[in-house]
Amino acid sequence: MSETGNALLRYLPLALLAVAWEVVSRFGLVSSSALPSLSDVVRAWIDLVKDGELITNGLSSLYRAGAGLALSIAVGSVLGIFMAWWKPVNVLVSPIVEIFYPLPKSALIPVTVIWLGFGDGSKILLIFLGCMLPVTIGAFNGARSSEQALVWSARCMGASRLRTLWDVVLPSAMPELLNGIRTALALSFILLVSSELIVAQKGFGFLIGFLGANGNYDAMYAVVLTVAFLGFAADRIYLLITERALAWRAS
Amino acid sequence: MRTELDRSPGLGTLLIDMASPAQIVIDHVNHLYRPQHGREVLALDQVSLEVGNREFVALLGPSGCGKSTLLYLIGGFLPVETGTILIDGKKVAGPGPDRGIVFQHFALFPWKTVRGNILYGLERQGMPKAEREKRAMDFIELVGLAGFEDSYPSQLSGGMKQRTAIARTLAIDPKILLMDEPFGALDAQTRGLMQSELLRIWQRTPKTVIFVTHDVQEAVYLADRVAVMSARPGRIKTIVQTKFDKDNRDILKSKLFVEKVDEIWNLVKDEAIKAQQRQSFAQEGEL
Repeated sequence: MSETGNALLRYLPLALLAVAWEVVSRFGLVSSSALPSLSDVVRAWIDLVKDGELITNGLSSLYRAGAGLALSIAVGSVLGIFMAWWKPVNVLVSPIVEIFYPLPKSALIPVTVIWLGFGDGSKILLIFLGCMLPVTIGAFNGARSSEQALVWSARCMGASRLRTLWDVVLPSAMPELLNGIRTALALSFILLVSSELIVAQKGFGFLIGFLGANGNYDAMYAVVLTVAFLGFAADRIYLLITERALAWRAS
Repeated sequence: MRTELDRSPGLGTLLIDMASPAQIVIDHVNHLYRPQHGREVLALDQVSLEVGNREFVALLGPSGCGKSTLLYLIGGFLPVETGTILIDGKKVAGPGPDRGIVFQHFALFPWKTVRGNILYGLERQGMPKAEREKRAMDFIELVGLAGFEDSYPSQLSGGMKQRTAIARTLAIDPKILLMDEPFGALDAQTRGLMQSELLRIWQRTPKTVIFVTHDVQEAVYLADRVAVMSARPGRIKTIVQTKFDKDNRDILKSKLFVEKVDEIWNLVKDEAIKAQQRQSFAQEGEL
């Protein structure tokens, strides 16, 4: 079968679910306030796009998630690689990582609000803090697994010790680091929506909460589905990028 | 083959300083191996060895005798704590491009192509782009990998990986070539081919070679001298002259060659048995 055919078949259950949803709400099997019909939701979605609500709130959400994630990747990679490379950094940082790893990051929502208020800052900080850990751990594990012989080879071809960090340790760490970033990507959506649900004046989470509180369930579902789709699409795009970046691995 | 290679720097200086004194002087070197857990082990005990310019010396010994450790000390990857190692009269202080190394498991950068691997060292040496591209291709041809320059190591056979590693090391033209059981991970046929290949390349671009192996025949065939090492703690037990006419692989079947292999095998055998006993004792100790 063709590749597109395969892909279509793979997502067939989703289509079935959509049909079931439409049927269940059309025939009044569940109350329309609990589950408005899919066609109503789609209509609400079109309205939300038309009046710009979805776009403006969406953009501010993407800005927060993007900024938080970018910061966490920058800081987490450097931190993880230095932890693997230089023992004192590991001694200093790893107990902190161990303590904060199991902490549900959403517990930090009020803390970040106290520090940075209701705007973008608190969301970015929350996403940064939450996403940094999986990135750090991925970078650390990856860097630790880099082969001594590769570092030595680079050294005797004239690379300084610091230079091998960039030329050997970082690419060696890449597979695990990219895995950690994938976890962080998913986490960034979770933290984004939950923090916006609790305290925000814009964003996807705010919109979901606001529409739900006003009984505008069609539109609320439309936003929920949008977030679900964006999360899925981001993950797929990320996987494609990863595959490209790691094309050198055994096929 | 290519005349370009003969004109490139370092390769054209064949006839100078043939009469210079020992290039590598290893003087009473001890090495303590400190595992993260467990007791310290004396890996090398009072090792002394001199290697002349463009000489091919094999370090032969049972596994765990510290022959690789000695190689890493010469390479500057491990610190010399007691004794001294001099290269051209200068103390070894860290790795440098005057000593190239080839490892048993190739140690190629898996994220770089064959060409990328070979270019890396040339970039680090600050060679201009056009020049290094050309030099990389010359060495790819030298080791017979033309047509594979854009392949990643994961797409190559073991023999091709090791050719790449050898080309990568030779391209930066080190004076000394350190080889750590370079053919140990290859099948017997490939190993035979690679041995002849190495000799061919070595005759074209002569270098001082220190070649670690536990294969007696390989050591006798390749080296000018074989340094036989004892089981741990590693000492140099004897040094045997093994200069043969290497142009012809048929030498391997000659009476003289077979006798030489026998002679050295007898020297190594006791040490191999000792090493094995030690290993089985160690295993019993763990039980």
